[in-house]
Amino acid sequence: MTTANQAQNSQNNVPVPREWHTIKLIQNPYYRYGLIVATIAYFIFALTTLEVDWSRIYTGLPRAGDIFVRMVPPDFSRWSLLTRGILESVQIALAASFFGMILAIPLGLCGARNLVPKPVYLVARSIIVLTRSFHEIIIAIFFVKIFGFGPLAGVLTLIVASTNFIAKMLAEDIENMPAGQLEAIRATGASFPKLLIYCISPQALPRYLGVSIYRLDANIRHSTVVGIVGAGGIGQVLAATFTRYDYDFSLAILMCIVGLVFVGEFFSNWVRGRLR
Amino acid sequence: MTDVKHAKKYPEIWQRFTPRETLLRYVWYMSVVGIAVWSVSNLNIPWFYFLDAHVQAGDLLTRMWPPAWGYVDQLLGALLETVHIATLGTAVTVVISFPIAFLAARNTTYNKATWLFGRLILVTSRSVNTVIWGLLFVAIFGPGALAGIWAIALRSIGFTGKLIAEAIEEIDQGPVEAIESTGASRMQVLWFGILPQVLPVIYGTVVYRWDINIRESTVLGFVGAGGIGILLYSSVNQFLWREVSVILISVFIVVVISEFISAAVRERIT
Repeated sequence: MTTANQAQNSQNNVPVPREWHTIKLIQNPYYRYGLIVATIAYFIFALTTLEVDWSRIYTGLPRAGDIFVRMVPPDFSRWSLLTRGILESVQIALAASFFGMILAIPLGLCGARNLVPKPVYLVARSIIVLTRSFHEIIIAIFFVKIFGFGPLAGVLTLIVASTNFIAKMLAEDIENMPAGQLEAIRATGASFPKLLIYCISPQALPRYLGVSIYRLDANIRHSTVVGIVGAGGIGQVLAATFTRYDYDFSLAILMCIVGLVFVGEFFSNWVRGRLR
Repeated sequence: MTDVKHAKKYPEIWQRFTPRETLLRYVWYMSVVGIAVWSVSNLNIPWFYFLDAHVQAGDLLTRMWPPAWGYVDQLLGALLETVHIATLGTAVTVVISFPIAFLAARNTTYNKATWLFGRLILVTSRSVNTVIWGLLFVAIFGPGALAGIWAIALRSIGFTGKLIAEAIEEIDQGPVEAIESTGASRMQVLWFGILPQVLPVIYGTVVYRWDINIRESTVLGFVGAGGIGILLYSSVNQFLWREVSVILISVFIVVVISEFISAAVRERIT
């Protein structure tokens, strides 16, 4: 092989490189160096356009130390407020995951190109894209405006977020299915519901459940933050502690959130492991 | 195996699940529904709010229309700042998460303690939402883009670090052993044996996270950490809904463009 290559190279008058280099991701050197130069230029541009108040940061750094000093030891004395907030966050996450799972099925089926007519597909896909583009907090503002402050707005926000996430995954999963089974079941003259039960659900169910469990884990993480705009949960308590400079209580809340997310992630990994 | 059992194994009518499995499935279904009911009932949801929800929503929509297009001029600077926050935050993430990923991968870490330490950093970073990191950094640096950049960076470390660490754990040991056998130093093994194998994953993960970060940085302004969120928050608080709709449209455009770029780059890498 090598000798053949060398022979061919010498024929084409291309010298065999003396030194070995690792293979680069972008082969063309002009593109590669061009990209590096462009990146550096961008960073210079970005750093100069950002208005950073350096004197404010200089005065802020000692404050950072002060905040950390005031954070330890964490203050767990208001544990009833803490557990109530955490419980509310968990309940928001559970309720949102449940309804999200259910609502995602019709939306996901409508978003699969190989199942539904084109107009339905386009409508479903545009709903998914539209809701996906906006951060949960932006959606939460609207629900807070419509339904008032409290956990209801938080639940509805996370239902929207979970629905479009699970639906997107489900739709992609259905689109990636091999066409054979679909054709075979259709050839027997099966109706659409039968197609769903005997062809789609056996293939899509394991992944759908896996994605839903993952979403539960993500909802626990997000439920801690929708409270910042008044949509309930521990986030509301946390934001209040920051504005009231109760940093030791903030740390206690943060530690609880980390613990909660850790447990949620462990549970989600365990369930997904069993599903496989 | 006795005859009776044999007969049971091949019943007249084929069923996918045994009665025992069916029962177990129904127990699972019931418990899931039970958990959902328990959660909803404990949240004390005022159901009568739903009665006039459509009126409220309709009212909001009529107030948002038509968008106040003249507001676009003041918006562009903030939009650019949002993109800068996301990009610079991602850049900081790359620098920090890289060594932590090696610490958190079983095959490149030093010992059990360092592995645990790496994992702990990644979990902590991931559990705290970007906006909460934003709260913390606004308290330290004061309001502005710098707090936003650090908030984005610290939240992303967990995400990119975890995915890179998983990629490192799944590498082919062949090239690593080959390079070790030449008497290469630890750094050389890392550079020539491990890095080329995980580099595509790193690029893909970073670009993907950048796309997520664009979306995250649109709300950082709610806690004062810079970007378009500041304008959105003030417009919402002043009930200037026609400005809000302009901001939402611009956010939508930026997010869709970034998603498109990220998808295109990832498709070319893998």
